[in-house]
Amino acid sequence: MSAIIKTENLQYAYPVEEGQLAVPVLKGVTLSVGRGEFVAVLGHNGSGKSTLAGCFNAIRLPTGGVCYVDMMDTRDEKNTYEVRKTVSMVFQNPDNQLVATVVEEDVAFALENMGVPPEEIRVRVSDALRAVDMYEYRAQAPHRLSGGQKQRVAIAGVIAMMPRCVVLDEPTAMLDPQGRREVMHVVRALNRTYGITVVLITHHMDEAVQADRVVVMHQGEVLMDGAPRAIFTQVDKLRAASLTVPQTIEVLYELGRADGAALPVDALTVKECADILEKYLA
Amino acid sequence: MLKDITIGQFFPGNSAVHRLDPRVKIVLTIAFIIALFLAAGPVSYAVILVFLAAIIGISGISPRLVVRGLRPILFIILFTAVLNLFYTPGDYIWQWGWLHISKQGIAVAFFMVLRLMLLIIATSMLTYTTSPIQLTDGLERLLGPLKRLRVPVHELSMMMSIALRFIPTLIEETEKIIAAQKARGADFDSGNILQRAKALVPILVPLFISAFRRADELATAMECRLYRGDVGRTRMKQLKIERLDVCASVLCTVVIAAVIVLGRFGL
Repeated sequence: MSAIIKTENLQYAYPVEEGQLAVPVLKGVTLSVGRGEFVAVLGHNGSGKSTLAGCFNAIRLPTGGVCYVDMMDTRDEKNTYEVRKTVSMVFQNPDNQLVATVVEEDVAFALENMGVPPEEIRVRVSDALRAVDMYEYRAQAPHRLSGGQKQRVAIAGVIAMMPRCVVLDEPTAMLDPQGRREVMHVVRALNRTYGITVVLITHHMDEAVQADRVVVMHQGEVLMDGAPRAIFTQVDKLRAASLTVPQTIEVLYELGRADGAALPVDALTVKECADILEKYLA
Repeated sequence: MLKDITIGQFFPGNSAVHRLDPRVKIVLTIAFIIALFLAAGPVSYAVILVFLAAIIGISGISPRLVVRGLRPILFIILFTAVLNLFYTPGDYIWQWGWLHISKQGIAVAFFMVLRLMLLIIATSMLTYTTSPIQLTDGLERLLGPLKRLRVPVHELSMMMSIALRFIPTLIEETEKIIAAQKARGADFDSGNILQRAKALVPILVPLFISAFRRADELATAMECRLYRGDVGRTRMKQLKIERLDVCASVLCTVVIAAVIVLGRFGL
């Protein structure tokens, strides 16, 4: 499986005013994302996870090291268009990424930019809107939709582009629980149904649990990288990086610590947690 | 409260007037305005009046609403009427000092008011029956040939449609800021004009900062969605001239021609 995104010692520092030292945000990240993977990138505020996402899409160009998207170096300006066609991005604030005054026009925006023939745009827009369950809202104005619905429209805009990889930068951060559920449902479908590689930047543990692989960022570096089960059982290490652990694991961990009981802590779902507790209480 | 503002005042519908191609509507509206200024007598005005009434009838927009649209310019209409009434020389039928009313004055004032009202009604029928996005779309395509003269037609219409997209968002945000400032004890309703204007500063500053941030994020999002300006762009919605558009154009041309001919004879 060849990597769709590959970084080597990737560094990024935000430009500052003259005479000041640049603040390094990414301090040498080496990472590779395979085709068809669903990777969650976790990290505390300021851990560099959003900056990392920006590098995958050539919004930010590395100030050191390299970032390859489908073998293309993102630093080369000639590649920018193709890079963005391969890796699409969904942002945190749904309001600030919808361009058009009508839902279907917004979904069509990227396709219009790509120069897709009108009849094909029509078909792809309808399909994308159906995929996120927003087809009946196609003639609505975006500002009449809820946050979750707007974010689904933004994702439809990405689906219509048919990219090979989608990077979502905290897509649920501004949503209510209902909206978060809707969006996560669509994100999973992106990966499972459409086979699109998904990189989900988040700080919600329960969202990261749904990924195939979790990358934990801390102070501009990759702290941990592995399957969710392997990551979340390292409770102490996560807490040291100012991250919480999923509630199911926290219950078992604290219980084990308080009671001295040797409980397995690898419960990722509520059911797993309940089963372990039931066995323990029996 | 602020949400109730309908910019461009579009009333959705599915009438023949609504379904017309926006380009056709824009061109016909302009032609109609020209005809309006060539009308010279009661007969030509009557033709225009009947024609406009027919359009309003077909569009299904309530005449009351159309008349209400005149309210904001009532002052201008009255002002024009008064000026024309008192300052047109001719056969005076009433005189008091330097003020006088002539027979011609009454006629000129009457037709001027009629003309202004018809002008406003005709242009508002365009915005009432055409969605803002269709309007910008129609304008972009009508002005398309100007691209050769390096007029940034596409960019202008993109700006217009983004502005339209963000008006409701910013209105919502303004309401939030007002609420937030009120919660901190801001007072917008008392004091003289100067004090009230000053009270607006704490609303405008956050609003501007947030608008800039939004613009920055939107620009990034647009770049991510491969926006490169007008380079190699296609459109999902193709405008097509249909039978309806041809019929409407022919009808309008006949009416306008009739008005011009009648006008030549001073009717």
